[in-house]
Formats: sequence, structure tokens, C-alpha cells
Amino acid sequence: MPADYTFRVLLADLATGKGEYRRFGDKREVLGGSGLAAALYAEFGRPELPALDPAQPLIFAIGPLTGCFPMMSKTVCGFKSPYNERFAESHAGGRLALSLRFAHIDALVIRGRAPTLSALSAGIRHFELQDTHYLKGLDVFTTGKMLRKMRRSAAGHRSILRIGPAGENLSAIACINVDSYRHFGRLGAGAVMGSKNLKAILVEGASAMPAPEGKAFAALYKDIHMQLTTTEMMTKYHDLGTAQNMAVMNKLRALPWRNMQTTHDDEHIAAISGETFARELLLRKTACTGCPVGCVHVGLLREQFAKHNDVLYRQVAYDHEPVFATGSMLGMTNASDVLAVLDEIERQGLDAISGGVSLAWATEALERGAVTEEDTLVKLSFGDAAAYREALGHLGAPPNEFWRLLAQGTLAAAKRYNAEDYACVLGQEMAGYATGEVFFVSQAMGLRHSHLDSAGYSYDQKEQGKDVAKAVSFMVEDERQRCALTSMVACLFARSAYNEESLAKALDVLGFPEAAANVPQAAANVQKLRWKVKFSTGFDPDEVKIPKRYREVVTWKGPIDADYLQELQTAYGAAIRELGR
Amino acid sequence: MKILRATRIERCIGCQSCSLACARLVHQKISWSTAGIRIVSSGGISTGFEARACLACDPAPCARACPTGAYTQRRSGGVKVDKSLCIACGACAEACPVDAIFIEPETRLPYVCIHCGRCVPFCPLGCLELIDSPHEDPAPAPSEAAPETAPAAPQEAPHAG
Repeated sequence: MPADYTFRVLLADLATGKGEYRRFGDKREVLGGSGLAAALYAEFGRPELPALDPAQPLIFAIGPLTGCFPMMSKTVCGFKSPYNERFAESHAGGRLALSLRFAHIDALVIRGRAPTLSALSAGIRHFELQDTHYLKGLDVFTTGKMLRKMRRSAAGHRSILRIGPAGENLSAIACINVDSYRHFGRLGAGAVMGSKNLKAILVEGASAMPAPEGKAFAALYKDIHMQLTTTEMMTKYHDLGTAQNMAVMNKLRALPWRNMQTTHDDEHIAAISGETFARELLLRKTACTGCPVGCVHVGLLREQFAKHNDVLYRQVAYDHEPVFATGSMLGMTNASDVLAVLDEIERQGLDAISGGVSLAWATEALERGAVTEEDTLVKLSFGDAAAYREALGHLGAPPNEFWRLLAQGTLAAAKRYNAEDYACVLGQEMAGYATGEVFFVSQAMGLRHSHLDSAGYSYDQKEQGKDVAKAVSFMVEDERQRCALTSMVACLFARSAYNEESLAKALDVLGFPEAAANVPQAAANVQKLRWKVKFSTGFDPDEVKIPKRYREVVTWKGPIDADYLQELQTAYGAAIRELGR
Repeated sequence: MKILRATRIERCIGCQSCSLACARLVHQKISWSTAGIRIVSSGGISTGFEARACLACDPAPCARACPTGAYTQRRSGGVKVDKSLCIACGACAEACPVDAIFIEPETRLPYVCIHCGRCVPFCPLGCLELIDSPHEDPAPAPSEAAPETAPAAPQEAPHAG
């Protein structure tokens, strides 16, 4: 039987409550994941309409290797971002990818607006839009508990996505929670769900696909699985996890502290390092489905809520980025306090990085007198976890103009209060790598405005020279290679196991020889397509401003070179403009 | 003969590599369901995981419930299934007291553990092992047993420890 290179896409219309399956696209051209999401936005997106218009699609896409090989455990979410009104991508793990695979859905495209707050569920022999108005205003955890009761039968083989108050209130930094511990975090996907009156999505996957005949598939699977579990390749992620970076970055003078007023704090780093979390608070580890690494570190937060030893406990997942954003960035000097703030961020359904970084700006703005306590309602000060927890309630459900603006992103508030110079925003609230010029440009200008668009943070650490052409060439090529991975959709931690050659082998053994022969070219197609779609929504590289604070930063290499930063920004802007042509 | 047991399931991270391995290697499927072992959470991922797998009953209620002889009793507990004799009635799954039999939604065919142990090397945290069946004759008295026949210590998985 000839290979089927089309994707099976489920189009869900929330206004009518109906679904329609359709064949779409070509795996040889766009591979899946990132490429498929961009192609679907090109088909169904409305670039001219606002991000929160009901006609905008909310897209979830997986790839041809999902469920078939280890660590192919991510899903790509494509949408027009309410944060910046541009096409955006966000990635999440959990169970979603395999749930979609075993429901025979390569991509789920959700359009329209439900008449009441609703939950959409889809799977084999199942499609339903259910009125869940009674979940209005409920936090992410309570919502999860309610949803699990609604359909008990699929426990263990389904994925539950939901939003909290922040998404319902259309915060541009609202995330979509996936299976408790993973998120479509960045650029406001949660608000897009909220704008559709969609509190939750449940995907049930109970089906199967025939494995390829012969021994090659099983042999290749075993080879990759054993590489991942018996070599040192994944030790970092399984052991301390990415929180290991906290001490490393601090030592390099590349860890933002207290709204990046400094890049190291040798006195306090030990209190919130990955080592401290592992030693004192690590409760257990868990994994995305189909990934044997187990990088999801879950910490134990224990709190006494009354006298007489009345205590409660919570389980809070942590990684480098959330620990940076709610730890060093907020001047926290106690690991339990970091978990307490993170827990409230989760409860509200906010992106952890944007939540933490925006509060860091607000704290400095209050210190400097740009805003008053009348605005913030809470006396924010670095290191004060109780104040931050209270503030997060305001960020999730804004009670006044200040919090309404901050819930639209740090710059929205910073512009109003004339405090943009020290807003730590690189396209969106920054990730935890103040490594230098290449990273600053990479995050500010990259497609996702993420530290993962390309390894600029790594380039900063390895390259001492200031060759603009070389740096731009690195960013463009690294992004192209990542497009292959994010189209499959592999976890980016697996990039050492999955180069273009091994991805081709995997595609070949699954019966997609033409896609296998075309991986480098398809990755280049995807890279161009993504930029083209982003430019179609009005993206202009020349409008991207890197705030003054980034020119004041001192790293282990010394002060930032403002001229090099500007030259890089101009050259990279020209390069991506060319890609999107 | 040995039987499979999830003796250290409290270590489970929910990766489902065992189910995927069973489906792939025993049933020639790509699936987390059409497998003799299925990993589920009960009440969300924060509560940990449990393994749904055959406990090797002897006599096995599923075999007794099968109306067409598709099931036969395995000597050390558990069953063997001949799918060519199965009429997809689902009586076996209904009879199983521990929900260890998966009925594939499209074909209605049953999937149950055959205690082959092919999932064991794919568990990264060493949750699974093949152990001596409790249903077979007791082992010889210690004085009669040769020292080298003592059961080996459970193997640690690569990530463990």
C-alpha cells in the first residue's frame, strides 16, 4: 500500500458543536508539528482579524513520529497571539501528543466561540462539546479534578487541557495547562482558549496503528531507547533537571536577579539552586508519555496553615525557567518560597516566566516610584513571597487598571507608566539566560520569542568574537535544524539523539521514504513557511525594541557591546525578512 | 515459569515505555492500549501511577468466562489467547477482577499479558520484573537447593540509583 502523506485533521466548530475530519497537507513538504501548524494557520487563519476574534483558529499539531519513537512527546500549538497580534507557536509535553496520535488526529483545529463556557472532548467514536458554565472562575487544579470526574473511563490514556482565571479573563500571559505539569506557556494561548469560551479540551486516545513489518522498526526503537537510558546523554535532564542551570548561570554572571539589576548573587544562589531543590524539596519525577527520561521534577511544598501543626502539602513542578522567573528574578532567597509563588502562578493559569518577570518589573517600578501602592494594591518587594502570591491573584483576575495592563504583558504596563527602560522584555518576558548579545537578539527577534528558537545562549558562551555574519548564520541554520525537530515533534532535549540522519531513518522505517529523503529541505521549507505566516500577521523586525536594561548588563565577558547588539539586530532582522519573503 | 509483576511501581514516572514495548514487540502495534500492561493514573498525575496487568490467576476467571475456547489456562497462572477463536464478545474483560484485559475499540479483540517479560528492559526505573510464579510447586527445601539456584537480586534499571 502506498504511503499516505496527508494529515488527518479534526476541525472543531465551537459555535455549532460539530466536528469534521479532513485530509490536509503533505508530510513531504511540512513534516508535521511546526510545519503543519503554520500550514493550517495559512489555510484557516485570519491574519487581518484580532487574535481574540472567534474566527481565529487554535491549532494543536503532532508529527509523523509521534508515538512511534521515544521522546517524540511534544505537541505544537499554533495561534495568533493576543500578546503581540502576531502568529505564534508554543510547545508542550504531557500526554497530549500520544492522546492525539491514538485518537488518529494529526492536528486539531478549533474555531468559533462556544455559547457557554464549555469543554470539548474528542477521541475514537467520540466528539462532544459540553456546557461547563459551572467551572467559571475555578483555578486550574480544581478544574482538573472536576474534569477527571466527568469522564472516568479513559483515565491514564487521555490528556486534559484547561485554563484558569487568567485565560478566562483574556490575559495575554495566560497559559494552557496540559496534564497538570506541562503548559502551552508563552504568548497567551490561554487567552485564545478563553476568547472561545473554552475552559477545557479532553483528548482520548485508545486506538492503535499497525507496526511496520520486519525487524527494522523494533531494532531502531531499541537502539534510540537504549541511547537515551543507558548513556550519559540525558543525565542532566533526569538528574537535577534544567534547574541545574541556576548555579551555572550565576557563576557565569548570566543569571538575572531582581529584575536583572545584577547578573549574579553569590550570597544567595545556593538557597535556590537546582542542587538545593533536589536535596531539600524534590518529591519525585515524572515524564511525558513516550519519554523514558523523566525530566519533570515535582517539588513538595509543605505549609502550616494554622497552629497545632495543621499542615497541607502541594506538589509543584519546577524547571530552570520557572525557578529563574520566580526565584532569582524576584530576589527570592528560599526555595520553598519559590514553589509557593509558582503554585499560585499555576493556579491562576499564567505563564510562569511572564508571571515572574512581570512582577519583577512591577517591584522595581514601585521601588522607583513609577507606580504607587495605590496601583499595585500590594506592597511588592523583592523576596516577599506572601506579597507575590497575593499579587498573582490580581494578575489572574485584575481588579484595577494597573493589573489589567500588566496582565497584557510587562510592556503594556511599562509604556503607560513610562518605565520601559527596565522592562525585561525580549519580544516577551525574557528567559533566564543573560548570556550576551546573541541571545538577546535571538529571543527578541526569534519566531517564538523563546530561548529555544536557536541556541543563541550557547553561542554567547562558546564564541568570544563579535562576527555579526557568523552569528546570524548560526542563528538561521540552528533554527532550520530545530524546525526538523519541532515538526516531528521531538522534545528539544532529544536533539543529540535525533539529528537529521536519524530522523530520516525513523521516517524511512515507518514507511515514509520520500519524506525521509527530504528532511533538510522540508526543514528549510518549514522555516520559511513559519516566517511567511508570521509576516502575514504584520510582524516587522524593525519595530522590535530591546530595552535599555539590556545595554546596561554586565556578564562574565564584561559590559554588553551596544554597537554589536544593534548590528546583530539589524542583520538578523534582514535575514528573517528574507526567509519570510 | 515466571510471571510479570510490577513490584516497584511506586518508582513509575508514567512514560508508558512498557506498554509501547509490549504493543510493538508482542502485538506488532504502535499503541499504549493494545498491550498486556497498561499504566494509568488514578485521580491525575499528581497521585502517581498504577499498572493494569494480569496477576496470573489460577484458575483464571477470564478463561472460564470465554465461551469459545480462545483462552487456555497457562501452567504457572495467567492465560494464553488464540485470537483466531475469539468472537469479540468481551466476556473475558468483564470477568477479570483487576481490569487487566484491554478490548481494542475497533476490533473488540482482547489484549492480555502473556508474562513474556519483553517490556521489562524498557522500563527506565526498574519497576517491573519476572518473578517465580506463586502457583507452581514450592521450591525445594533450602538444604536441597544448590547455592547458585538462589534467585538473583532484582536488576537495577539504568536510571535507577
